[in-house]
Amino acid sequence: MKDTIVAISTSTMSSGGISIVRMSGPDAIAIADRVFVAKNKKSLSESQSHTVHYGVVKNENDVVDEVLAVLMKAPNTYTREDIVEIDCHGGILVTKKVLETLLDAGARLAEPGEFTKRAFLNGRIDLSQAEAVIDVINSKNEYALKASVGQLDGKLSAKIKELRAILIEDIAFIEAALDDPEHISLDNFVNKLGINVDKCVDSVDNLLKSADNGRIMKDGIQTVILGKTNAGKSSLLNALAKEERAIVTDIEGTTRDVLEEQINMGGVLLNIVDTAGIRKTDDYVESIGVEKAKKYAKDAELVVFVVDATRKMDQNDEEILDLIREKNVIVLLNKSDMQAVLTKEDIKQKIDCPVLQISAKEETGLEALETCVKDMFFHGNIQFNEEIYVTNARHKSLLKDALESLKLVQDGIEAGMSEDFLTIDLMGAYEKLGFIIGEEVEDDLADEIFAKFCMGK
Amino acid sequence: MPNICEEYDVVVVGAGHAGCEAALACARLGLETICFTVSNDSIAMMPCNPNIGGSSKGHLVREIDALGGEMGKNIDATFIQSKMLNSSKGPAVHSLRAQADKSDYSRRMRRVMENTEHLLVRQAEVSEIIVEDGVIRGVKTFSGAVYHAKAVVLCTGVYLKARCIYGDTSYETGPNGLQAATHLTDSLMKNGIEIRRFKTGTPARVDKRSIDFSKMTEQFGDEKVVPFSFTTNPEDVQKEQISCWLTYTNEETHKIIRDNLDRSPLYAGVIHSTGPRYCPSIEDKVVKFADRDRHQVFIEPEGLYTNEMYLGGMSSSMPEDVQYAMYKTVPGLEHVRIVRNAYAIEYDCISAIQLKSSLEFKKIKGLFAGGQFNGSSGYEEAAAQGIVAGINAAMYVQGREPMILDRSESYIGVLIDDLVTKESTEPYRMMTSRAEYRLLLRQDNADLRLTKRGYEVGLIDEERMNGVIEKERLIQEELERVEALNIGTNDKVQELLAKYGSTPLKTGATLAELVRRPELTYQALAPIDPHRPDLREDIQEQVNINLKYQGYIERQMRQVEHFKKLENKVIPAEIKYSDINGLRKEAMQKLEKFAPHSIGQASRISGVSPADISVLLVYMEQFYRK
Repeated sequence: MKDTIVAISTSTMSSGGISIVRMSGPDAIAIADRVFVAKNKKSLSESQSHTVHYGVVKNENDVVDEVLAVLMKAPNTYTREDIVEIDCHGGILVTKKVLETLLDAGARLAEPGEFTKRAFLNGRIDLSQAEAVIDVINSKNEYALKASVGQLDGKLSAKIKELRAILIEDIAFIEAALDDPEHISLDNFVNKLGINVDKCVDSVDNLLKSADNGRIMKDGIQTVILGKTNAGKSSLLNALAKEERAIVTDIEGTTRDVLEEQINMGGVLLNIVDTAGIRKTDDYVESIGVEKAKKYAKDAELVVFVVDATRKMDQNDEEILDLIREKNVIVLLNKSDMQAVLTKEDIKQKIDCPVLQISAKEETGLEALETCVKDMFFHGNIQFNEEIYVTNARHKSLLKDALESLKLVQDGIEAGMSEDFLTIDLMGAYEKLGFIIGEEVEDDLADEIFAKFCMGK
Repeated sequence: MPNICEEYDVVVVGAGHAGCEAALACARLGLETICFTVSNDSIAMMPCNPNIGGSSKGHLVREIDALGGEMGKNIDATFIQSKMLNSSKGPAVHSLRAQADKSDYSRRMRRVMENTEHLLVRQAEVSEIIVEDGVIRGVKTFSGAVYHAKAVVLCTGVYLKARCIYGDTSYETGPNGLQAATHLTDSLMKNGIEIRRFKTGTPARVDKRSIDFSKMTEQFGDEKVVPFSFTTNPEDVQKEQISCWLTYTNEETHKIIRDNLDRSPLYAGVIHSTGPRYCPSIEDKVVKFADRDRHQVFIEPEGLYTNEMYLGGMSSSMPEDVQYAMYKTVPGLEHVRIVRNAYAIEYDCISAIQLKSSLEFKKIKGLFAGGQFNGSSGYEEAAAQGIVAGINAAMYVQGREPMILDRSESYIGVLIDDLVTKESTEPYRMMTSRAEYRLLLRQDNADLRLTKRGYEVGLIDEERMNGVIEKERLIQEELERVEALNIGTNDKVQELLAKYGSTPLKTGATLAELVRRPELTYQALAPIDPHRPDLREDIQEQVNINLKYQGYIERQMRQVEHFKKLENKVIPAEIKYSDINGLRKEAMQKLEKFAPHSIGQASRISGVSPADISVLLVYMEQFYRK
């Protein structure tokens, strides 16, 4: 890595308090010295590593910004190269100006993921750690973050390694027996193999289940709130969004074709479909039409059905019920603080799902909703200390492949295939699992991983 | 004094199993070839076991045959017993093994060698290689005669500085008392070739008349013999066969060995070289498998015109008296008389990591090597390398691209790739477990896999090639017919299914579906398939295997696709591994040393981890982008 790269490493979308411009490479310190003037006039190259320096960035003779320069000399840095980070004022214009100044002074604009790529190429992190870095960056809530960090620590690799060790031992035994039948007998070995394979199938199955949880943790639960006019949908959403319990962000339609609001409910993300502007109108079903409601209900992972406890169920409610019978549904019996004509039992007769009494206006019963969602999606189990959560789509797809291979081994045993056939699928499973933790070489993996990074990471 | 000086296209040093294949390949491709041997009477000699083939080695022989080599034809003409091993397992591990009449085997190969156009077999010891500016120019014999050549193939087997040892007795000779080649090593070292020392061993030969066969189990050949060569007419190999015999060692044998370990040159430290793990001496077996109360001993005839019997499984370098004592404890050998002592042999050889996949030396252009000289063990492994080294010497002389077989198309590819990428510390023996894609690399389809390669090179003629193309076509047509053929549920069908213990059909099924049932085969279903074309047995066998194991074959083919992707990622020659900080130091050094041609090959170098490979991949992607 001969050249020195630079990029803005904080988000350029938001204007936070400060922005960081990060520079890495053999000339990082020299380039910084060309534009950074410390208050004490001492150059960075003469300074101690891992120190912070106050001063200004100058372009020719103009002061661009008043900054803090963080000096980190190789090798104890993120990239194992010399790194200088310039903490400047958060405005986009100023930050860009600092960046341009560094570019003029001899740095090259980094490609997406290039800092991490350098960290990888210089042996600072391995591929699965690099992969986890993306997940950390993209984590939107604390559970997702913990799962990613868990992966960084290698909990997932430890589990995968354990499974691979079981498989390779059995493969090796079969191979050895094929080569030296005089001394190594395969009699009854298939029974032992069968037990091991069953065990592996269970483990992979569990990891895959966690993958669903993992994805939900990372991406949130696709949620739609249904209910007839004046049932209290908007009050509910407002209640959820209040008290700063929620981070409400607009996610652009790159990954989903509708705008949604994302609400963080006790750490669980709900992505609430908001095409019609649910908070603006109470005539939700009417305004989006039954057809559309059907569509959203179909795509949703969670349907929150708000029922007005002070009114009898009518045609509208029945229609909605018919739409959502097969889904994960939570019925909220709203206005439960007022004179109710509907009881929990009335609802339960019509649909088998949790029914909660709330008052959106008074904001009561919301904790119960939170618990209910967690129970429904995480089986009440949302501990992150012991469990491994698969949060990465690539890992999930490889786990599926491995499971398929393992099942083929089971089929082979069932069909009485000789051991030299069984090794084919055993090896298949072993390899697939190896791809996950980078112990088998996958040719396009590296590209795939680094391509997901954004600039400055 | 003026010396003899002759010109050849190719010089082959050695006329063992590697040298013969190498010399024949070159001469048959029209190159003027001279093949040196220390004794013209020992061409293609079998100084150890009296058989050809065996687990995975049988695959090698068939592959050699498909490429246009001689070994398969030679054993078909001289075998005295033949067996298909592992026939109770899947087709991937079926392997042919034949007992040879040793002298017949050697004599027939001599006749072929001496009657091949463009080939001269010459008795003389080659003592020097002549290299100028990193290019081979020829060889010099011990008498000083110079033979200029465009390419040289080294197939010196176990003869370089050979030393035979048993107990405290040792001779500076090659096997069977043949003259060792004592001078060439120095010349090789002078030219920068690194030499190392390996050992191997052989059991005693005993007098048949002194054996009590009534205490042993008779081992018959197969009723129906399958030839090795695809060119041999199966009818020509159906003949009367000779039996082998099986007996076992016992605790008494093991006690004698243990009590005398201090007199074993191996354990007493007289032999410092490394022997093959998979073909161990009886001393090794007793030490390594201490919990075993017995080991197999196969008594095998050395030929039809001799009473010498080979004691398979009991190779040893124990002193003569210990050999006698231990052999006599074995049931049936109580009164045994030894005809030739067991002995270990030490010899100079190279680590084949100095070679490219074409078996040409990385540092000396036009110099090739094959056989035990490359650190392998076994006649078949030697012959396989011999034919490849010979072909590539010829390709080099003719200015053509080398023939490189990869791991997904042949055992030969696996063998050579292992030799050139893995630093083996013991003689390398072929084994089925070394082949990743063995379901595709079966002995029964070697012709379909490799005849084309032999044809492209020029060792296979038009007629034979067309035969294989026709075979492929017939297999394909039959597969399609059987996949489409619907079988009804009539009585005849149900009766046949019942006969094989197969569930009766409720509704119709295709014939292919029935073949896939574990208890049925394509052949067995002939009675309910009246319009079946009359196909040769080998074609029927292919149809059966392809139908029965289709799922497994397809999955293995997908694994091959992945393998090929990495093989096709060529590492640029100008890459500097020392620039890549992410590589671990060991990996960096290994990569620099081996200079692998592809990512695939790099991934197989011991000491290079998958993590190193991903670093390399990312680095290469950066590299190509610039």
